[in-house]
Amino acid sequence: MRWLRQSLDLVLTLTAKEVKVRYKSSVLGYLWSVAMPLCLAAVFYLAFKVVMRVPMEHYALFLVCGLFPWQWFANSVQAAATILLGNASIIKKVAFPRAAVCLAMVMNDGLHFLLSVPVIAGLLLIAGKHPSLSWLFWLPLLFVLHAALVTGISLVVAAVNLFFRDMERLVVLGVTLLFYFTPVIYSETMVPAPYDSLLAFNPMAPLIICWRSLFLGGGVPLEHLGSAALWAMGILFGGMAVFRRLSPRFAEVL
Amino acid sequence: MPPAIELFHVAKSYPLYRSLSAGFKHFLLHLPRSLQDLRAPRHLALRDITLSIAPGEAVGFIGGNGAGKSTLLGLMAGVLSPTTGRITVRGRVCPLLELGAGFHFELTGRDNILLNGVLLGLTRTEIQARLEAIVAYAELEAFIDQPIRTYSSGMLARLGFAVAAHLDPEILLVDETLAVGDARFQKKCQATMAAFRQAGVTLVLVSHNMDDVRAVCSRAIWLDRGQVRLDGDPTTVIDAYLQETSHAPAGP
Repeated sequence: MRWLRQSLDLVLTLTAKEVKVRYKSSVLGYLWSVAMPLCLAAVFYLAFKVVMRVPMEHYALFLVCGLFPWQWFANSVQAAATILLGNASIIKKVAFPRAAVCLAMVMNDGLHFLLSVPVIAGLLLIAGKHPSLSWLFWLPLLFVLHAALVTGISLVVAAVNLFFRDMERLVVLGVTLLFYFTPVIYSETMVPAPYDSLLAFNPMAPLIICWRSLFLGGGVPLEHLGSAALWAMGILFGGMAVFRRLSPRFAEVL
Repeated sequence: MPPAIELFHVAKSYPLYRSLSAGFKHFLLHLPRSLQDLRAPRHLALRDITLSIAPGEAVGFIGGNGAGKSTLLGLMAGVLSPTTGRITVRGRVCPLLELGAGFHFELTGRDNILLNGVLLGLTRTEIQARLEAIVAYAELEAFIDQPIRTYSSGMLARLGFAVAAHLDPEILLVDETLAVGDARFQKKCQATMAAFRQAGVTLVLVSHNMDDVRAVCSRAIWLDRGQVRLDGDPTTVIDAYLQETSHAPAGP
């Protein structure tokens, strides 16, 4: 019981630290986390709608609904590579649960994603649509699944990067590749026949499909929700297993 | 009473992680050698250490660089695990952190106390209850809501020591130095150490400063290349150690 309390306080305090540091190092902390996906959306809109004329209604809105959750994933997973190195001095001295550092980072990015939801709602209103009441139910559920998946991958990336320091570069490459294999800038229905089955091997695909369908239509496709949940749980437990196996050696390699 | 810290034939060796930290690319290009490096433990930091420290004892570890002092402290803190042998630690361990470890320089002194406290295993309510006492002890009332990047190194040291002093440690691990802050604050630290000893706190000190060991410790252990060379009362052990090092030819 005391252990639970301690761990919870540890994650809370570390998350508060991350949030405070982000806001203190730049006054535009929040603006920055919203501006990045919006800029990406503008670029993709220009490339695919204006230049290549993708026949899709509300394409800008479509992009934003996928890019904001994607950005949470990409930011956390890429930052995970250096998170333990950044806390080396304390890891070498104190035997606190190391996973708390990763969890706090994921929660910080998750919080910023939540703060961007009003932006999505505003854009919906501009497009003549409106946020749905069902968000109140689905949003927390998708948030938990997303956090679980991102945490699982972050734990692996953080732990492995201590042993293979070029993991960092591979992660940047991997995240970029995965971005184009995930239906963020296109819809899953646009993927032609032999390739659409590949989506089943992409852990991020069902989550992004669920987020977008929730934001645009107010509902969540249950078959995608099911596979998102399976991926999230599988990756979280797998990540925890890898992390637990490697964490006794962290202080040796730092 | 069972010992506070007990080491039973403890050895600690580090594999050569060099091939690993060079990255995936290097690892795969030199696969056979890399795997061999991983299997063969090369650097033996501690070899066959058996000792026990009673509750309330103040033990100083001395020895040259690479003698295994920091590895031993890491084992006691629970951040390292022994390669062979067994270590048992009974009681709440509190490491006295080096300057600024576990602090974040953009945050205020107050936030850092909270951060340091939870990292050392306290709950937020426990820290909140001690916050005023910690601030008063560190004599930082006027600066506690300033980011600590504005602090001098003396102020940082005072803050770090103040947090450790208020954690109710049962076993205090001190790496390198007790001399923090100005002469007046050092007196205060020494008084706190004396109070800890009175209260029965077990103290483990690793230091190159023989005066610290003489002043604080009731027992000294000389580590030499991962083994216990001499274990006894501080004066005897320190004299033997100093005698040998003064005879040794000056290193490069």
